[in-house]
Amino acid sequence: MGTPDERAEPERVAVTPAAAELLRTLTSKHGPLMFHQSGGCCDGSSPMCYGRGEFRTGGSDVLLGELEIDGVAEPVPFWMSAAQFAHWSHTHLTVDVVEGRGSGFSLEAPEGVRFLIRSRLVGG
Amino acid sequence: MSRYAAPGTDDALMSYQSRYDHWIGGSYVAPKQGGYFENPTPVTGAPFTEIARGTAEDVERAIDAAHEAAPAWSRTSPAERAQVLNQIAQRMEAHLEELAVAESWENGKPVRETLAADIPLAIDHFRYFAAAIRSQEGSLSQIDEDTVAYHFHEPLGVVAQIIPWNFPILMATWKLAPALAAGNTVVLKPAEQTPASVHYWMSLVADLLPPGVVNIVNGFGAEAGKPLASNARVAKVAFTGETTTGRLIMQYASENLRPVTLELGGKSPNIFFEDVSDDGDDFYDKALEGFAMFALNQGEVCTCPSRALIQRSHYRAFLDAGVQRTQALVQGHPLDTETMVGAQASNDQLEKILSYLDIGRQEGARVLTGGGRAELGGELEGGYYVRPTVLEGSNDMRVFQEEIFGPVVSVTGFDDFDDAIRIANDTLYGLGAGVWTRDGSRAYRAGRAIQAGRVWTNCYHQYPAHAAFGGYKQSGIGRENHKMMLEHYQQTKNLLVSYDAKKLGMF
Repeated sequence: MGTPDERAEPERVAVTPAAAELLRTLTSKHGPLMFHQSGGCCDGSSPMCYGRGEFRTGGSDVLLGELEIDGVAEPVPFWMSAAQFAHWSHTHLTVDVVEGRGSGFSLEAPEGVRFLIRSRLVGG
Repeated sequence: MSRYAAPGTDDALMSYQSRYDHWIGGSYVAPKQGGYFENPTPVTGAPFTEIARGTAEDVERAIDAAHEAAPAWSRTSPAERAQVLNQIAQRMEAHLEELAVAESWENGKPVRETLAADIPLAIDHFRYFAAAIRSQEGSLSQIDEDTVAYHFHEPLGVVAQIIPWNFPILMATWKLAPALAAGNTVVLKPAEQTPASVHYWMSLVADLLPPGVVNIVNGFGAEAGKPLASNARVAKVAFTGETTTGRLIMQYASENLRPVTLELGGKSPNIFFEDVSDDGDDFYDKALEGFAMFALNQGEVCTCPSRALIQRSHYRAFLDAGVQRTQALVQGHPLDTETMVGAQASNDQLEKILSYLDIGRQEGARVLTGGGRAELGGELEGGYYVRPTVLEGSNDMRVFQEEIFGPVVSVTGFDDFDDAIRIANDTLYGLGAGVWTRDGSRAYRAGRAIQAGRVWTNCYHQYPAHAAFGGYKQSGIGRENHKMMLEHYQQTKNLLVSYDAKKLGMF
């Protein structure tokens, strides 16, 4: 399991205030949370938000960061498959939220909103 | 040009109900917890019906109904089931236009496409599996003179199917037809973005199916999808979507030791060798159409040819012609028969595409045409429209590595055959690919060298039944659209029979 060393690495993932607010709401409903970044079709490229431990990460995944959210006791880990990270590693990710229907099993979809990744080049 | 009236208006061919509950055991059942959610049309962004918000209780009830129906349905003869599938096809054919309008209104895709492709393909798909189950045979193996192994196909029982939103009726058909042909009963969850059109389909064919053979539970993945996919009382889960949910479904299935079939998308290369430009003939014209196919269904296709690889020796001229072809695409109201590019299926889909156009620009991709939201004005102002976009860059950019699922193609050049194959295979996925050349030998070698389940050769985006469709690498497990899908919905029963009256002599 690869964990980028945060002392040596730049920050890789952050959240917007709107996404942080949604994470507070979801935590109050579902308890501790996690993200796994999806790939592929339909709702691929969207970050999937689950109850912590609902999605089993393993040796093929990379932990990009632990999101500290005001008012949420435990940080929210953000995971991605290592193969996908190889193509994303030059970009910094910000978890945002937009109106939408969503799909997959992500917890926020019933709220009428969807987490969305906004990206910028690392150091850019 | 003519325009179909919007569903529910005075001259409309069809109308949706104002509300859809769950279809369980042959009738509509209200959600146990009483919740509903609005279903907007991407054409204008306005809601047109509301949908039951399913939960675990509703899923259990649907699985009960499916189990109740399973023994009788599994005992029907292949001829009886084939007859039902053929009757469904016939009913759909009699209502082709209504189904096409329903699908267009819910998904945002042009009616030109649903009339010519989605619905005719779905009709043919039911007929294909009617034929496939009629003609399927078991096998026998002669072990020795007096011992025979018989192999029978048996249905799995109750199966779960989770349907995507990009082709709501056709993708439901791809899953339903083989499952029903094989003698299974089904609990189907449509996508929460496009839950209504499969209910309209059911309103046309409900009388042809015994109660409980097909059950539809609406709702969100977290609330209805999970209790279905993780349920120990379903014998198999079929899913089309993306990789994280695909993995999650496999994890749930592993808890119950259940098989899954998954179709998880791709980043399909479309390769144009230099000899395509040897002549400005029909074939050249066809290849340019093949280039522009990235905009089919607004790019919301798992096999969208979203990476165009053009040999450098004809790169600039071919790309210029491709951009010109892209600019000629007609974007507009999805119910206009001349419209070629309609609306994205949802607001979050629109936002995601725009976020990719942003990172593409930051990475240095050049926008050759399009590049933003299409503001079409009038009643379409609230809809979700993106201009068909051609980006030029290199294969290490994220816009070359991720399925944007929008009308966006990323173009790069290649030097020779080996370079083309190297770039084509430099992806996590392997669902579709296109190869364009006048040289049959080169076409064959390229097709075999590309790591993808479907290589369109001098064509693209054709989906006839009887041609296997499925992924290599991270694109999934299983092959749909072909009789081999029957076996993904069947058990093999082996009877090992001795006709010898004498004992073995061991005991």
